Amino acid sequence: MENLSFEFGPFPPRAQPLPTVLVGVVGSGNMEALCEPAALDGRMRFEVHSSIRGYAATWEAVLGDFARRVRIPDVRVTINDAGATPAVVGLRLSQAAAELESGA
Amino acid sequence: MSDSAVTVSGYLEATARQRIRGFFDAGSVKELLGPAERVTSPHLPALGIPVAFDDGIVVGEARLESKAVMFAAQEPAFMGGSVGEVHGAKLTGILLRAARDKPAGVVLLLDTGGVRLHEANAGLIAISEIQRAAFEARAAGVPVIVVSAGINGCYGGLGIVTRGCDWVVMSEEGRLSVSGPEVIEAQHGVEEFDARDRALVWRTMGGKHRYLLGEADALAADSFAGLRAAVAPLLGQSRALDLQSLQREHEALGRRLARFGDAPDATDIWRRLGVDDVRAVPMMAPDAFVAMAQPLREHADG
Repeated sequence: MENLSFEFGPFPPRAQPLPTVLVGVVGSGNMEALCEPAALDGRMRFEVHSSIRGYAATWEAVLGDFARRVRIPDVRVTINDAGATPAVVGLRLSQAAAELESGA
Repeated sequence: MSDSAVTVSGYLEATARQRIRGFFDAGSVKELLGPAERVTSPHLPALGIPVAFDDGIVVGEARLESKAVMFAAQEPAFMGGSVGEVHGAKLTGILLRAARDKPAGVVLLLDTGGVRLHEANAGLIAISEIQRAAFEARAAGVPVIVVSAGINGCYGGLGIVTRGCDWVVMSEEGRLSVSGPEVIEAQHGVEEFDARDRALVWRTMGGKHRYLLGEADALAADSFAGLRAAVAPLLGQSRALDLQSLQREHEALGRRLARFGDAPDATDIWRRLGVDDVRAVPMMAPDAFVAMAQPLREHADG
């Protein structure tokens, strides 16, 4: 297992409170991400638990790119990963962002 | 909480959360011990395996055609829907809650290879606890309804538990047995059972065979509408759970053994039941199949 954490931001505050959102499943080549509101002084925090070691730089690049694109403040994203490729990670995070924004 | 806004028409390939959303009345689902509570496996991290926030099962309360029900839905993609310690405790808990609160039924959307071998004894103990809890719910007059229409089928300990429930609803794609195809092949050799022969697997363990043997009470198409329509009439309907019903079941199994014990293949059983064209059975649509099979099938209460 590899346990990583990253923070990005701060990003400007939002008027609407964020919902809690779960996307994906922990299946082979897939991952789940749980997004929860958290008091982080406007930052986005990512906690990654992956079965695959040695990809910290790739995670940081993919997550940082996502954070700077969606700019959602005060959210903690916890990821359980079973070997998702960067493309799958990007799709799952985009799905999470869409559900966070829609208040699903 | 949902995992996708994408609409899925079939049940077979849907995730547990998509199944719950498609199966129960819109807006009625209330999950218990949801992912944000992080009640995860205590065993998997020690093995270097990632956990799932819900340990691969969603439990809660909902409505089905306006009737109050409790449910459990196994996530097929997380470790084959397998029963670990937490996963099993959630199943046990929802059954005991049903015994206490007496909804119109407990609907178990099972999709599992059985015990999670990584959790060994904890998983095996969980199966016995689930079995006991299912009987407690039944003894309290709450019907326990199993739906086996998922990608993994329903195998191992939960295959046994399933036949101890009130009702079993299957799709043609669903499977129900104890040892899975690969296990039988590994134990007894490929001459006994070729796990790669999909036609053999389905005619031995699939929904149509289980319906003809009277082990599945209903066979529905692989759709939310079809499965819902099969489950809804069973709510509030309990099967007798007493010594007499057990003796009748054993007599029925004895008759079955005498009648079919020497049959080398499922198609021989179908022929003896009176199915005219056994080779046409796998290609029949669910409605046409049920119309043909209903008068011929074995009846467990028979």
